[in-house]
Amino acid sequence: MNLALRHLRLPLGPLTLELDAILPGRVTAIFGASGAGKTSLLELIAGLRRPVGGSIHLGDTALTDIAARVFVPPEHRAIGYVPQEGALFPHLSVRRNLLYGFHASRPRPAGLTFEHVADVLEISALTERAIGTLSGGEKQRVALGRALLAAPRLLLLDEPLAGLDAPLRERLLPYLTRVRDEFAIPMLYVTHSPDEVMALCDDVLVLTAGRLTAHGAPDTLFQPTTRARFELRA
Amino acid sequence: MSAEAWQITWFTLGVATLSTLAILPFGVALAWLLARRDWPGKSLVETLVALPLVIPPVATGLILLKLLGRRGLIGGWLERTFGWEIVFTWRGVVVATAVMSFPLLVRAARVAFEGVDRRLEHVARTLGAGPWRVFLTITLPLAARGLIAGTVLAFARALGEFGATIMVAGFIPGQTATLALSIYHLVQLGRDAEALTLLTISVAIAFGAVWLGESLLRRRTP
Repeated sequence: MNLALRHLRLPLGPLTLELDAILPGRVTAIFGASGAGKTSLLELIAGLRRPVGGSIHLGDTALTDIAARVFVPPEHRAIGYVPQEGALFPHLSVRRNLLYGFHASRPRPAGLTFEHVADVLEISALTERAIGTLSGGEKQRVALGRALLAAPRLLLLDEPLAGLDAPLRERLLPYLTRVRDEFAIPMLYVTHSPDEVMALCDDVLVLTAGRLTAHGAPDTLFQPTTRARFELRA
Repeated sequence: MSAEAWQITWFTLGVATLSTLAILPFGVALAWLLARRDWPGKSLVETLVALPLVIPPVATGLILLKLLGRRGLIGGWLERTFGWEIVFTWRGVVVATAVMSFPLLVRAARVAFEGVDRRLEHVARTLGAGPWRVFLTITLPLAARGLIAGTVLAFARALGEFGATIMVAGFIPGQTATLALSIYHLVQLGRDAEALTLLTISVAIAFGAVWLGESLLRRRTP
């Protein structure tokens, strides 16, 4: 499914996010330094912010089109969003977090059931726990499960592995590849890490100070010579 | 305890409860608007709401008296439209205590709403919840501690209100006499023993209100 971002403009303090791109990939990485506008871009796509100009189309559906005065509110976009550190609801149990966006009536791909998602993410044993008792990695898996169970057409992941130590990141990465392979939901994946891009993504969009500075396949963008440059920037 | 003391106690509890319940929906709604939205005139409303905290209660009472009296802008309209008299009636007590405790409720509720992580509300929206469901299932439960504290504070303020009440409702035994007004009146008459009884009741009620608030807060602590 194509995500078309056309002439998007959003002022962000001293810089302006300006973007014109079509993202055809299954998993597209949004790569760039802190403050480049990565999270703001996800918020624009999720409908949590309004751009001052431009449009966002997911497949044939116009989600935002400033010229045509179209703005679909976030609850009607069917776009899953996992912000940094998961943002689980601290007053609800794991089960109630997972079921918050679960609407039995919404059409959902086969396999996107509570049991299967809990199974893939290995969170079945956590469902009666309070959020405060979960470890960082468990929280991320629950947040991912919660977004999946709402049967999104597109999944936005904002640095899901940031803030976790290296061994934990390595343990969590396979869960993300399993989600990618099991559920066939297109993903936008914000990250600082070339390793995560290489492991997960088939398309990379590099943002620098609000502008698109490179777009292509990970193996062309992250060749050994250029890779060092990107790592330095990130 | 005399029948008069009982009457004063029940009356005070009644008007404090009524005024707290009356300001609760408006206070919570305004606090949410102040915490979560930008709108024209916001700082003017903020200042107006905070005024009763900083100007003398008697001055607030005088403003209310001018507005709510028979010839006042609001009082005249209320009497013509609904036949309601406000000044020197129990309604005047409720209005005076409501106005005086409103800023305390709004301040506490605003801080409570500002303390709720907006990302949680954002995520809830992306999970298919409309603004009302987000408010009822995420914002309100997470702000509950501050809202309860603000409500208790407003109720306690209403129990002890004196300055504005005496201006708007006067001291009419059996009609507008609250605990605070009666204590002052009895001391003026030299009936210190009776004043002491009412003082004890005031302290007991305030103690009970604060204790109830604290235990509700404790119960909600995750």
